Amino acid sequence: MKLTLHVWRQKNPGDAGRMVQYEHRNVNPHMSFLEMLDVLNEELIAKGEEPIAFDHDCREGICGMCGFMINGIAHGPERGTTVCQLHMRHFKDGEVLYLEPWRARAFPVLKDLVVDRSALDRIIASGGFISVSTGSAPDGNTIPVPKKNADLAMDAAACIGCGACVAACPNASAALFTGAKISHLGLLPQGQPERSQRVLNMVAQVKQELFGSCTNIGECEAVCPKEIKLEVIARMNRDFLRASWTERGELQKHEE
Amino acid sequence: MELNSRIPSGPIENRWDRHRFEMKLVNPANKRKYNIIVVGSGLAGASASASMAELGYNVKCFCFQDSPRRAHSIAAQGGINAAKNYQNDGDSVYRLFYDTVKGGDFRARESNVYRLAEISLNIIDQCVAQGVPFAREYGGLLANRSFGGAQVSRTFYARGQTGQQLLLGAYQALLRQVTAGKVTMFPRTEMLDLIVIDGKARGIVTRDLVTGKIESHFADAVVVGTGGYGNVFYLSTNAKGSNCTAIWRAYKRGAAMANPCYTQIHPTCIPVTGEYQSKLTLMSESLRNDGRIWVPKKKGDTRPPNQIPDNERDYYLERKYPSFGNLVPRDVASRNAKAVCDEGLGVGTGLGVYLDFAEAIKRLGEQIIDERYGNLFDMYERITGENPYEAPMRIYPAIHYTMGGLWVDYNLMTTIPGLYTIGEANFSDHGANRLGASALMQGLADGYFILPYTVGDYLANTKLEKVDASHPAVRDAEAGVARQTRRLLSIKGQRTVTSFHRELGKLLWDYCGMTRNEKGLKAALQRIPELREEFWKNVNVLGSGEELNQALENAGRVADFLEFAELMCLDALHRNESCGGHFREEFQTPDGEALRDDAQYAYVAAWEYSGPERSPVLNKEPLIFEYVHPTQRSYK
Repeated sequence: MKLTLHVWRQKNPGDAGRMVQYEHRNVNPHMSFLEMLDVLNEELIAKGEEPIAFDHDCREGICGMCGFMINGIAHGPERGTTVCQLHMRHFKDGEVLYLEPWRARAFPVLKDLVVDRSALDRIIASGGFISVSTGSAPDGNTIPVPKKNADLAMDAAACIGCGACVAACPNASAALFTGAKISHLGLLPQGQPERSQRVLNMVAQVKQELFGSCTNIGECEAVCPKEIKLEVIARMNRDFLRASWTERGELQKHEE
Repeated sequence: MELNSRIPSGPIENRWDRHRFEMKLVNPANKRKYNIIVVGSGLAGASASASMAELGYNVKCFCFQDSPRRAHSIAAQGGINAAKNYQNDGDSVYRLFYDTVKGGDFRARESNVYRLAEISLNIIDQCVAQGVPFAREYGGLLANRSFGGAQVSRTFYARGQTGQQLLLGAYQALLRQVTAGKVTMFPRTEMLDLIVIDGKARGIVTRDLVTGKIESHFADAVVVGTGGYGNVFYLSTNAKGSNCTAIWRAYKRGAAMANPCYTQIHPTCIPVTGEYQSKLTLMSESLRNDGRIWVPKKKGDTRPPNQIPDNERDYYLERKYPSFGNLVPRDVASRNAKAVCDEGLGVGTGLGVYLDFAEAIKRLGEQIIDERYGNLFDMYERITGENPYEAPMRIYPAIHYTMGGLWVDYNLMTTIPGLYTIGEANFSDHGANRLGASALMQGLADGYFILPYTVGDYLANTKLEKVDASHPAVRDAEAGVARQTRRLLSIKGQRTVTSFHRELGKLLWDYCGMTRNEKGLKAALQRIPELREEFWKNVNVLGSGEELNQALENAGRVADFLEFAELMCLDALHRNESCGGHFREEFQTPDGEALRDDAQYAYVAAWEYSGPERSPVLNKEPLIFEYVHPTQRSYK
């Protein structure tokens, strides 16, 4: 297979960046998308050109490190798939592809297709946990969890934190990511004591990181490689409304 | 070098308890005066960082990924063992201990394994309390399954993503301590050397992978939890970034490296399709519960698999191992797949065997197979473009886990005082072969429940002078790192880093892979130094050191693999026996099974660095089996 690639090249965060065209003549349909880029990079190095930088690690769709836009779609055209698991047999010989990094104010570009997603860590750090220190846990079977709740919590916990939801959203909102963690913990009995405080803290952090607001567009769900459902956003909103009332003193503190 | 394993005496059930009592404690008010460095943020590193921060120590945690949540523990699929006996099927701490020692082919320390089995109980409790969404029964209690040939159901799981969920639990505990101000996180930062002052580990030299800045960090103790060295084979199920640099630098600073030849090959991975292949993907071995493994009886049979009649197929595992059949342990299944492919019976590219569900689908119906393996079938189809409901899967073994690593005593301390190693990075508890669902257990046991105590004992007993950047050892280490970076960038040769890595991997796979022999190992030991020399003359790394430069990062890691590989082959050559993941063709029973030599080789081989271009020194820690008596593993 042959492909024409237009790839975003940007030397560093301060560089303006531009699209650069590459003709790729050695594409095998069994390659993954990242292996296709590996081969291109090897050719670039041989020509004395700097290889294209892109983030990746596990290459089996679970670490969440990889991801970029392919023709304007986060992680490319296959549903429920990260770019590392996307194979070239889904593309046509001679196709023209545009590769760009995640675009969001909260995700500054570091180089080429690599962005800084540390804002997502800071959202989790603001409250995406259950406060239980090592050693203080009761026996695992002390608290039964209805199977249905455990399954729903697992659906939400499957989020890999890749940032595709933010990149796909016209508002660059992190609602799907944040809602997923709030749903995961809020659906479990262990997560109840901090449920209200958690949602207030996490939503406040989202605002501080300059993510946009959610306007129920649904692009996030469409590109999510783990197919996290929009209902996690509804859960977050409901928890936030409830907490706004029950914890109104706390909320005021946040507003100040 | 003196190897003092510090194993407590007395009945095995009481050793850890007594040891905990005998260890000194650091006064709670003094803990905040101590700084601890943790390198790696996987299950072991994240759980250790969080737990030590909760106790009051100041922790700096480093990872090369952009977030601690990316560590490769996240990719573990199957589950985590714990001797809870929730299923009332006769499990106990002692049984888990027994199974692990036997499964490790009698090359692990009994005391460590017993402690691991004891702690397995606490791990599940801790993870449930953190909100890990383990699978549940309809009554709301925790579900279990049997795994990896165990005869009891002791494996806890969260769909096929157990590693992910356990890691997220540890990651969230870690970030809670970041918010509390007790942990400082350094993502996209790689450890490139260890600082040893007055014989004690006192810090690390790092490179900021975004700016290229080389910097030193100081501490009262250093903990390395950087995972295994499987990527020395280039193709493995490890993440692309997984590397041996941290443990290799520690080795060169005086920490002994134990049993590097013990590598585990996983039998059910998706076969290689071409030269461009960058990694191998594992399919959970639960597939072997219902899938039947076979190859055509006739060489060069190119008919599509479903046109080959049953009597022209060789179900070789069922034929050779009638009692275990397709469920033989990982090492046995892998070796047999290689044997049939070496005979020329392999399918696909020649390096593959069929894993066939046709009979199971006929017996159970497509719906039940979908419930059991639907996600795995989808994954297979996504990668290969073939539908396993219609044609059998093709599988082949791949490097998966490394049992060897830095030598540690019962306190998880290496031979350098103040340097600890946890998780897959140490040699610890799995002997020569790891059982399924035991890696997650060990990583979390080390991080949550062992290290936080043992580090305290060291700090309470050790007088530590203040150190800073002006110390000659620090300047020396920093200069060494800067020199290597400059050297890699200045060679400007003809070959890419990846081409060297691929060649090294192929060499090791052929000579130090699933089976080894003296001739092959000697050939590898001759070829590796040549390849290393060529690397340092002819590698091409573009760009500069003062920016994000992925080729440069990779070059440093491959340079270390090129040294590590030699030690691995040396270890494999000296061990004139077959045990677990180490199968020497010269040492097998008449019917082709691993032949251990307990009289000569029941020891841990701890290699000591003795300078560049000099042979490492072999130290031996004898292994004593007081409780589980060595027997021949048989699965016939």
